Amino acid sequence: MTDPLLQVTDLTKSYGGVVATDRVNIDLRVGEIHAVIGPNGAGKTTLISQLAGEQMPDSGRIMFDGRDITHQPTYSRALQGIARTFQITNIVHDLPVIENVLLSVQAQAGHSFRFWQVARTDKTLIEPAMEALRRVSLGQRADDISRYLSHGEHRQLEIAMALAANPTLLLLDEPMAGMGAEESARMVDFLTSLKGEKTMLLVEHDMDAVFALADRITVLVNDRAIATGSPDDIRNNEDVRKAYLGDEES
Amino acid sequence: MNLTLLIVQLLNGLQLGILLFLLASGLTLIFGIMNFVNLAHGSLYMVGAFLCATFTQLTDSFILGVLLALPATAIFGLLLDRIVVRYLYQRDHLDHVLATFGLILVLNTAAHMIWGPDGIVVPLPGWLDTRVEPLAGVVIPVYRLAIIAVGMAVAAGLYLLITKTRIGMRIRAGASNRDMIGALGVDINLLFTFVFALGAVLAGLAGMMVAPITEASIGMGNSIIIVTLVVIVIGGIGSIKGAFIAAIIVGLIDTMGRSYLDVLFEQFMSIQNAETSAPAISAMLIYILMAAVLAVRPQGLFPPKGR
Amino acid sequence: MSLSNLGIRGSVIVLVMILLALVPVLAAVTDNAFYLDVATRLVILAMAAVSLNLILGNGGMISLGHAAFIGIGAYSVGIPAYYDMYNGFIQIPLAIAASALFALITGAICLRTKGVNFIMITMAFAQMLFFAFVSIEEYGGDDGLVINVRSEFGGLIDLEDNVSLYYLSFVSLLAVLYLVHRIVNSRFGMVIGGAKGNERRMQSLGFNTYRYQLTAYVIAGAICGYAGTLLGSFTNFISPEMLDWSRSGELLFMVVLGGTGTLFGPVLGAAAFLLLEEYLSPLQDYLLFDGAGIYWQFSFGIILILVVLFGKGGIVGFLDRLDEKRQRRKAKGHD
Repeated sequence: MTDPLLQVTDLTKSYGGVVATDRVNIDLRVGEIHAVIGPNGAGKTTLISQLAGEQMPDSGRIMFDGRDITHQPTYSRALQGIARTFQITNIVHDLPVIENVLLSVQAQAGHSFRFWQVARTDKTLIEPAMEALRRVSLGQRADDISRYLSHGEHRQLEIAMALAANPTLLLLDEPMAGMGAEESARMVDFLTSLKGEKTMLLVEHDMDAVFALADRITVLVNDRAIATGSPDDIRNNEDVRKAYLGDEES
Repeated sequence: MNLTLLIVQLLNGLQLGILLFLLASGLTLIFGIMNFVNLAHGSLYMVGAFLCATFTQLTDSFILGVLLALPATAIFGLLLDRIVVRYLYQRDHLDHVLATFGLILVLNTAAHMIWGPDGIVVPLPGWLDTRVEPLAGVVIPVYRLAIIAVGMAVAAGLYLLITKTRIGMRIRAGASNRDMIGALGVDINLLFTFVFALGAVLAGLAGMMVAPITEASIGMGNSIIIVTLVVIVIGGIGSIKGAFIAAIIVGLIDTMGRSYLDVLFEQFMSIQNAETSAPAISAMLIYILMAAVLAVRPQGLFPPKGR
Repeated sequence: MSLSNLGIRGSVIVLVMILLALVPVLAAVTDNAFYLDVATRLVILAMAAVSLNLILGNGGMISLGHAAFIGIGAYSVGIPAYYDMYNGFIQIPLAIAASALFALITGAICLRTKGVNFIMITMAFAQMLFFAFVSIEEYGGDDGLVINVRSEFGGLIDLEDNVSLYYLSFVSLLAVLYLVHRIVNSRFGMVIGGAKGNERRMQSLGFNTYRYQLTAYVIAGAICGYAGTLLGSFTNFISPEMLDWSRSGELLFMVVLGGTGTLFGPVLGAAAFLLLEEYLSPLQDYLLFDGAGIYWQFSFGIILILVVLFGKGGIVGFLDRLDEKRQRRKAKGHD
């Protein structure tokens, strides 16, 4: 059995006495889609935040690709192959769509202490950026100012920016947030097309999407991981049903 | 070391600290709750001093002068909020900086037009203008003690206001989470106006108390505003406790530094070098202190939670 | 680029730059050295404003202490001159190095804070320098330093000739504009601009924004320091007043009035500011205000408040809106 790409061990964080993450253990195998579900306030946001490097845990360890990244800052993790999308669209609104993606490409292309050549006409940046946009079907919106995109297009842009960085691990924070049924279905198809190619940690509320996409699911309740397993295992798990899914006729 | 001088300078430092606290507390509240950069706070200090000077002249009594000038300053603060400042709360910091910079110029020239270019002397009543001698050879002006006492009383009053009253609770809530107070149904505009007027009165009070010592003059606001800003940055923007502690520290360091730095320097350098470098360094002392604090704690010593 | 495509904004800018280029000629023809004086100050302050715009308009860093660099540059001319050292080839690198160093040290501290703290700290550092210079009696202290000889460049250019000084300043402004233009559009500029718009996002993408912002801060400081050397030579008088925070406020005003974040905005802003100053001051004789230039202070204060409340986008923004109206009228005309 090969080593997991991401290994989270006993991750713990509290804020002034209130526990937000309680000895959480998760591992991600290469190429899998691992969903994290749980009721609101169960600690999913804090978890992603610590995985991304925006917050530091009080104790525990995060190993990525064999390296201890527990205390590394966000930008450092991004450069090691971890890309993250935000639950609430977090882009540079005043820039054209293409430039948001361009920045993602540029970040991975060595340092940016280059003061002379024009960046936005640089083919080595534009081509990968356009490719990422086309992949999420946003190619025709490349020159539009980001702020004027529809909500669904914003979610697509988030994904494009993550893909443009050519990451090994994708942290997807509720990519389908605020989407209607049709848009969500398309997003599910899209993420399915990435299966095997990218390893993904998917935080989501949309249960249809989760059960359609996930190879494994971890359930967070009250800041603790109460169960991890295949979708069928989780569906049939007593504790999970009591705490989260609610009792169903089996 | 001259004990008398030391005690006197300590008291001077404490007095400066108290005055700085009066200015800093209002300013830090305005920053913390309205997210408003009020560079014109020094002008409120000046206005308080001039109003007091005028009322003292009219009533021939310093005490009456202060008692009349306090509500007058509050009204002035209120008008300023209603006429200009309230339109700026929604804007970004750059707009605040430029607009309050403009306000300083307008208020300074208005003061020039109303009260003339020279300072106005504010005489103290006889019983305040005396000295006491608690220790042999240590002579302390009563007025300095009065300033410190009034300042401490105001600090205590502010503390009670913030921690024990309903409006104080709203202020504390506002300092750490501005969006929440709106959601709680508190009338934001009223709260903002209150805070601004409160800040104006505190600044004005400081100006009134210092006027008998230094005269009410036009430039007084310009020099004190920078030191006040240093105090709130060190203390942590939005924190009254931070403002208090930082103000005392800054007041003491600035005063003691100016008096004793050359003595300190003479311990390990020639008298000539000490005499040239000490004034420069002592002038820079509080900024060096600020840089040191920020290097270790970029948010200041006691930033309110949630920032 | 055909002339008709310049638009109103482009035309105004070109016109202003051509006028500036021809100022010495105009001054000679009208036998009025005053124009040359104003223009020299304008061009130098415009350079300082352009450098401020780099971190403010493009980088979102509101510095209320930028005048410190003008002062450092000026004293880098003044202090050597005090020791009879007038070599410009030493003074100018000294100014740039000193400014860069001050920017590096203060910037390293300032940039660790955000928002209001940042503004206050930049202001405080500049005041610190102000007080430092005031306290050094040797170099004039409060009274300032008079220099009798402008920077010398060994026969290459004679700055004692006002026209030469002007053209050096004007060409420097052009060079600085071009440099800033390239920086803003480079990869570096993209990072700075992105950090202004959404710093959290930029970090998430993999940029250590602190390093880039600090670099921008140092570059801006160095450029402004250079402008300071020219100002020092020009006025032949260097005083701590040059570092006062109200000078920084005026620089901010020039940037905002001209149009924050635009390339030529600071130039137009500096021009507008100096013209206002020149033409509002004499009016005081006609009113009841007594001397000390308080009429100018009063008007400037009111103008500041009005520009903030009602002047969206500054002069360049205004010209752009005119251009938009023109485009719409043209489009209608073609129907």
